[in-house]
Amino acid sequence: MKNKKNIYTLISIALVILFLLLANSFFDSYQIRILNLCAIYVVLGLSMNLINGFTGLFSLGHAGFMAVGAYTTAILTMPIAAKEANYFMTPLVSPLNNMVWPFLPALIMGGLLSAVAAFIIGAPALRLKGDYLAIATLGFGEIIRILITNAQSLTNGALGLKSIPNTTNIWWSFGIAAATTVIMILLINSSYGRAFKAIREDEIAAENMGINLFKHKMLAFVIGAFFAGIGGGLLGNLLGTVDPNMFKFTLTFNILFVIVLGGMGSITGTIISAFIVTISMEVLRFLDAPINLGFITIPGITGMRMVVYSLLLIIVIIYFRQGLMGTREFSWDSVIALIKKAPFKKGGAK
Amino acid sequence: MLKIKDLVVAYGGIEALKGISLEVNENKIITLVGANGAGKSTTLRSIVGLVKPKQGSIEFEGKNLLSIQTKDLVRMGITLVPEGRRVFANLTVLENLKLGAFYRKDEKEIKKDMDWVYELFPRLKERTWQTAGTLSGGEQQMLAIGRALMSKPKLLMMDEPSLGLAPIIVKELFEIIKGIHKQGVTILLIEQNANAALHIADQGYIMETGRITLTGTGRELLVNEDVKKAYLGESVHK
Repeated sequence: MKNKKNIYTLISIALVILFLLLANSFFDSYQIRILNLCAIYVVLGLSMNLINGFTGLFSLGHAGFMAVGAYTTAILTMPIAAKEANYFMTPLVSPLNNMVWPFLPALIMGGLLSAVAAFIIGAPALRLKGDYLAIATLGFGEIIRILITNAQSLTNGALGLKSIPNTTNIWWSFGIAAATTVIMILLINSSYGRAFKAIREDEIAAENMGINLFKHKMLAFVIGAFFAGIGGGLLGNLLGTVDPNMFKFTLTFNILFVIVLGGMGSITGTIISAFIVTISMEVLRFLDAPINLGFITIPGITGMRMVVYSLLLIIVIIYFRQGLMGTREFSWDSVIALIKKAPFKKGGAK
Repeated sequence: MLKIKDLVVAYGGIEALKGISLEVNENKIITLVGANGAGKSTTLRSIVGLVKPKQGSIEFEGKNLLSIQTKDLVRMGITLVPEGRRVFANLTVLENLKLGAFYRKDEKEIKKDMDWVYELFPRLKERTWQTAGTLSGGEQQMLAIGRALMSKPKLLMMDEPSLGLAPIIVKELFEIIKGIHKQGVTILLIEQNANAALHIADQGYIMETGRITLTGTGRELLVNEDVKKAYLGESVHK
């Protein structure tokens, strides 16, 4: 049975790779961009789910961590000529102005710096609980954004960065999404993962079991921020441009929606809903255009899409509070059970 | 084993404990009985370090407990079954038990203790894969005790294990507590159910509004006129 499941898993991985190969050669650049965004949202969603879903820390500083990662990666990977063109107001500080790193080390550096930022903010903030932690981390995200806006010689301030190399492609984004997923699964199933969940469930009982609350909260926070930084780096080098206004609270909110829809505390749910949310954001674009309903014609209102999107969010929160998956995870057993159940439904009596 | 001396705990200006002294000897069942607000839970909370006492000392095997953090107590062999069970509701029974053994690294011994817990509570074994939140109150209490046993405690402290359970389950539970004690675990039992607690206790302490008013063996206290009046009801032991 175990063998069979391994074969299923291998076949699915092969199918995904095949799909990506086909997509890479037959999809247009708009569709490929959406696929990339899906994978990046998987990374971001998983990193936030580790903090909010598994450890139960209500943190809203994700945009800040992403900004650190995106800027670090962008500055490290930009060619020297592009740097000179970008920093025409104030030149970039040395040695950064003469430094060009390959993509992977730059990404990891972005993740690491973001983790360092999380450590610094976590030391005071993780003593807070619930809403207070949310407010503190939200404030931190804004601080990062303001710092970036004002550190002209480092980040080019409000002008943002343009002509960042578009290194992120399907293989990078899906490769890193897959790696993040595997690392998260291993982490959640380890004794650290159990400790995270115990802290989420009941802090007093967890402490009585000998779990060091602060250490484990910090660990989840720092690891979450590391992957948020990597996700931010992927995003920056996908879009080719970053500016401080990208990293407003609404970005955190988008990721929060992904994990709430997927189910707080479910890796499977996050992956599924990252795709649903990213694709539906694009599909709903027709709402911004004029709509002819036959008896009435609605003129094109930009922003209509966001209204519908918000309504969907309200519906989800009222009727599907557990999200798609709750805290459940994908397993072949449940899929097989589902398939086996189907014929009986059709056949009727049994 | 555990020695408490002149312990005073105050919440703001109000003294919840007004200088209590008690002793828990190895391999005994000690029970602390009292009405609501007598200071039973406060005593436990100060042992595990959740509240800081104003004065007094708490020693465990000669070591000062006041300077030790809650999370390190379990390594010293003290485990608390908290009031209201506090099982990890969204985790499975198995995960709950594994968390009990969180600080331990000896896989073989853990496995042995897991079997022991399942032997004590066969009901838990049937429900290994169920989440703890779906268990009944009695089963959750069993799980809370089982989880505590997984940490291999020398001293097991229980805060009102009979709370909200049907009399028949309480009886079963106290039989199991006796069984655990036979395995060499010292037990400090905090109870409002004086009758059940005093029946299994080697030594009992009666608490009233922050003081210990009576001590004696369980048998002595059961027949004591004052205790009967206050906790047992006159007619119980005619």
